[in-house]
Amino acid sequence: MNDNIIISIENLSFAYENGETVLEDVNLTFRELESACIVGPNGGGKSTLLYLLLGLLKPTNGKITVFGKSPIEARLKMGYMPQYIQLDQQFPITVNEVVLMGRLKRGFWGRYSREDKEIAAHSMDEMSVSHLKKRTFAELSGGQRQRVLIARALTCRPDLLLLDEPTANVDPGIQEQFYETLYKLNKRMSILTVSHDLGFVSEKIDSVVCVNRHVNVHPTNKLDGNMIRDIYGYDVNMICHDYRCSEGSHTHGHTMEGCVHG
Amino acid sequence: MGEFMMNVFGANIPFLRYAFIIGLLASVAFGIMGTFVVTRRITSIAGAIAHSVLGGIGAALFLNLNIGLTWIKPVYGAITAALLSAFIIWLVSIYAKQREDTVIGAIWAIGMATGLLFLARTPGYVNLHSYLFGNILLVSRNDIFITLILDALIIIPAVIFYNNILGVCFDSRFAELRGIKTKLIFLMLLAMTALTVVLLVDIVGIIMVIAMLTLPAAVAGHFTRRLHSMMIVSVILSLAFTSSGLVISFRTDLPSGPTIVIIAGFCYIVAMIFSKLRAKFSSHAVSTAADSKEETG
Repeated sequence: MNDNIIISIENLSFAYENGETVLEDVNLTFRELESACIVGPNGGGKSTLLYLLLGLLKPTNGKITVFGKSPIEARLKMGYMPQYIQLDQQFPITVNEVVLMGRLKRGFWGRYSREDKEIAAHSMDEMSVSHLKKRTFAELSGGQRQRVLIARALTCRPDLLLLDEPTANVDPGIQEQFYETLYKLNKRMSILTVSHDLGFVSEKIDSVVCVNRHVNVHPTNKLDGNMIRDIYGYDVNMICHDYRCSEGSHTHGHTMEGCVHG
Repeated sequence: MGEFMMNVFGANIPFLRYAFIIGLLASVAFGIMGTFVVTRRITSIAGAIAHSVLGGIGAALFLNLNIGLTWIKPVYGAITAALLSAFIIWLVSIYAKQREDTVIGAIWAIGMATGLLFLARTPGYVNLHSYLFGNILLVSRNDIFITLILDALIIIPAVIFYNNILGVCFDSRFAELRGIKTKLIFLMLLAMTALTVVLLVDIVGIIMVIAMLTLPAAVAGHFTRRLHSMMIVSVILSLAFTSSGLVISFRTDLPSGPTIVIIAGFCYIVAMIFSKLRAKFSSHAVSTAADSKEETG
């Protein structure tokens, strides 16, 4: 391991088979116990970057290492939370079974051990979803599903947590709670979050990774309105920026709501 | 019913007993695989595999009767064609995802056409009707052994790989990140579906395979909360549909395949209406109890 760098991306580009370039000349380093938020417009390459880190896509050019290894070799150290919208909403599966998936392993038998079950129970406690254990995934609200999927990611015992749009379709009041949870988790693992709204960027996140074909990294405390305009090409998220600056108001659900829907 | 049971267990009409036993054995496979087909939403794949089976049956009969390879039985042709189609669909789903439905349609039609051409060049009388619409009453004692083997090939992997299959069906990408060979699991599921289809052809025929692969599981899905309970309930329902269908078709002298499918279809519609009504009443109860904050938020 070189220092405590856990993600290193050098001169990476990615294009789909039809030649459409999504990411170009990306350089990025990410350190242990750091937290960052990947932001950018839809279609800008946020998800592509995430899939490259997970080894689900291969870079067209350049190099990507996670924990000093290839993404595929490093997979078991990563905990991934997809958007619940991507999953079958009617699938007959209980919360307990979903969370246990974090202990899935290659092998002939594929049974869960007592230890696997304890780890899953602990993650559910941590995300406060233990009481939903026997409910089916289909019966849960959006916010509950997101917490269950984070519990599943934690059940992988990850050193790096990757969250895809964790606050989408979640009530503003619950979002605040959610940041607190992430802050706690960040003390023992690195966290990368993909978000399409800058409202997610809280004081507790170290840096913002702006993805729009090119990638720029900004420390959170240097983010201002001009920068946001550069990233998105329009002013819409100034509302979010305003929210972030007005420190005193950010605990009020009302302001947050304006931000999320803005 | 009493008369029917007497016929089933009496010595006079062995074919009825075989039919009953095969219906019973095959129901286990239908329930398990039907649950996968419904939850993984691969009904059209199952349909394509089913129709391609005719190509295999046609080729086997042609080789048997024209070329004189008497050891080639129609069921071997059916198994080969079903597994081959499953493999082609698997390849396409991995390497050319966006064309998957086109290939499914092509296999569906080409399989059928191949079978019809082979049969056209096969001398003598071939009971095409019974392949298309099923005739469980034509089964023989030998079919019981084949059914048992196919059952084992479906049940054993389903039990051994249950957690992995559940993971792959619910969230394939996540399972892949955990190191599961998701593509191989999917191939295995398709192969198991193919074998189930072959079992079904005897009972309800090629055309109605999809009905028996989806209806029992779809009914079970309304009343169960977990994958394995859905499997158990759909096994029981398959059993109920095939055996009651047999009884009715025997007593009324109607063909067994369509009778079984109509019973299953009727139960499906009833279950759907029932669960819609239930959802309506329970959501009404919830919405009156919920506060207005939920509505505006």
